[in-house]
Amino acid sequence: MLDVLSTMLRTGILTEPLPTCGDASSVAVETLQKDLWNIVGRALCIRHVDAGSCNGCELEIQALNNPYYNLEGAGVKFVASPRHADVLLVTGPVSVNMEEALRRTYDAVPDPKLVIAVGDCGACGGVFGEGYASRGSIANIIPVHHTVPGCPPSPAAILGGILATVRSTAIPG
Amino acid sequence: MTYMSLIFLEGTIRQLPSNISCGYAKVGAAQWQRATEELCVSGGRLFTLWGADDRDRDGRFRIYAAYLLPEDVLVLEHEIEDIVNPIYPSLTPMFPSALRLERAMRDLFGVPSTELDERGWLRHGGWPETIFPLRRDIDGKQQYPVTSEAYPFLQVEGDGVHEIPVGPVHAGTIEPGHFRFSVVGEKVLRLEERLGYTHKGVSKRFEEMPQNEGHRLAARLSGDSAVAFSWAYCAALEAITRTACPPQAANLRALALEHERLANHLGDLGALGNDAGFAFGLTQFSRLKEDLLRTNVAVFGARYLMDYIVPGGVALDLPQDAPRLLRGEYLALEQAVTNLRSIYDEHGGLQDRFREAGRLEPELAEKLGAMGLAGRASGVSCDLRVDHPWPPYDRLKAKLVTHTSGDVAARVQVRFDEFTESLRLCRTLLEDFASEPIQTEVPFAESGRLGIGVIEGWRGPVMIALEAGPDGTVRRCHAHDPSWQNWPLLEYAILGNIVPDFPLINKSFNLSYSGQDG
Repeated sequence: MLDVLSTMLRTGILTEPLPTCGDASSVAVETLQKDLWNIVGRALCIRHVDAGSCNGCELEIQALNNPYYNLEGAGVKFVASPRHADVLLVTGPVSVNMEEALRRTYDAVPDPKLVIAVGDCGACGGVFGEGYASRGSIANIIPVHHTVPGCPPSPAAILGGILATVRSTAIPG
Repeated sequence: MTYMSLIFLEGTIRQLPSNISCGYAKVGAAQWQRATEELCVSGGRLFTLWGADDRDRDGRFRIYAAYLLPEDVLVLEHEIEDIVNPIYPSLTPMFPSALRLERAMRDLFGVPSTELDERGWLRHGGWPETIFPLRRDIDGKQQYPVTSEAYPFLQVEGDGVHEIPVGPVHAGTIEPGHFRFSVVGEKVLRLEERLGYTHKGVSKRFEEMPQNEGHRLAARLSGDSAVAFSWAYCAALEAITRTACPPQAANLRALALEHERLANHLGDLGALGNDAGFAFGLTQFSRLKEDLLRTNVAVFGARYLMDYIVPGGVALDLPQDAPRLLRGEYLALEQAVTNLRSIYDEHGGLQDRFREAGRLEPELAEKLGAMGLAGRASGVSCDLRVDHPWPPYDRLKAKLVTHTSGDVAARVQVRFDEFTESLRLCRTLLEDFASEPIQTEVPFAESGRLGIGVIEGWRGPVMIALEAGPDGTVRRCHAHDPSWQNWPLLEYAILGNIVPDFPLINKSFNLSYSGQDG
């Protein structure tokens, strides 16, 4: 137990300031929390769906929860069910074998809802393109509000995309 | 054992272009069957299975089986003359891991084995049953409406038995797949996996790309193994074009491959702590992984090395200050991981969850053909870097890591041991850092030439089989991820465990969905 505590003390707090939408300056966590409170009235809940990705984007989305980005500390959390979500974060070109599951997950998210397509594949089909087994971009299957290009996009870019989507979209209702 | 010991093939075996020693023979149905039996009893292991539609060339379908032998690799080619009702002898009775590969081949080529499981594996209803996408007369761009098709799981009957269906969309930020548990109370009586949800038609897509771009697609077969797959693709292409990769580029490729191993092991060690209720582990290991990925940006130009390995070498040389930066990073990682390892080892609650959980006995692992990291945790002594070292591993002398208890604890220990060994390899590679060429020209391969590239990725051995078409095109490209062999292991490892331990046991294998689905 002492080892654990001393490791924590030595590590200290690593969390970095949040990026703003696009430019290089950063904002305080408190500002974002206030924005989220004004827009959604609580923590922003995100449900991730892999619609056929190579797993590269997943690794970078997972990184958002590491101590450097500390997404939960900023009032954004990943939830286990689409029924609890405000935002769907979708990766991959949509494989035909995931098409129905993606539609059903989208339908299960209560209105109002936002969809962010993450990665080059989600944005345009990427290197996989469209074919007998791939439908290409997420927007070919469900409505998309924002895309974050990159292969894979960095955690900072994904975070920037989430913030930009929330700030630019007044969720109706 | 080597392919030379298959006496009945004597005189018919020749060398296949590859980065490791690889024999190649054309066999009839009887020899195909006999080779299967002899290889099975003498310690050979099925590496992969693929097909080719050569009806346009000589009116045949062909199937290929690659076997991993203790001293080399053997590829057998079998021609099927009956193209109306093609069929070939199943490898499943001898090599259980062949079953899903055979089902996939039937879905994509319409060439079944003598095995009887009729259910589709990669085809879920996304294209008609009468369309076989990998046949050359099928247009890969054609799309079809999805039809919902039933998939009968094996039913377990008895008092109090019920089913828990999980997926394809899982609760966390992970890939999609379906798990069907049959349980009594919390105890798992049976697990049946259904995969294929991320099938993107990669094999067909390869055929639409020029030879000198296929590495980009290979890198994206399984994002966590980008270096391993892109290297395997380039190794196959360089072998069939008789191109020698410059030594400095080979060193940098190995450095990138070991960084991929380090990053994945760090990620898994953190996630395993977390799945056993020790969030501290996730916090600590995830920050170390982030540090390493940021170091990757400074030395390789990207966090994940999707486009670092290119035909003929690597895309970027190390910057001048990289050796100093890397040595500092390795020291920091070594100190932090040594400390965390002793915390993990001495944490009673954590060890209580790790030990005995998800045990895969060595005999079963051997029989099922377990590959890579998961195999080594169950005593299967196989690591291509050790057994079949290709440059620069031939002079690095990587040490084999094995454990025999086969439980989650063993898979944790293999990761810790391999982490330490990888750091040693990285440091050795840095000693040879010099300003030398990092890329060479790769010509077009001669049409019809077939070769394979084999690399030990962090999860296990990956393979690319590449056959050139005319004018720099790809005629056929088959990619194999060790997850094909290792997914079925999980169905056994979970038996008798409780449902709440499944995430922990699953994570301890950490298999690729996308790599399997293709």
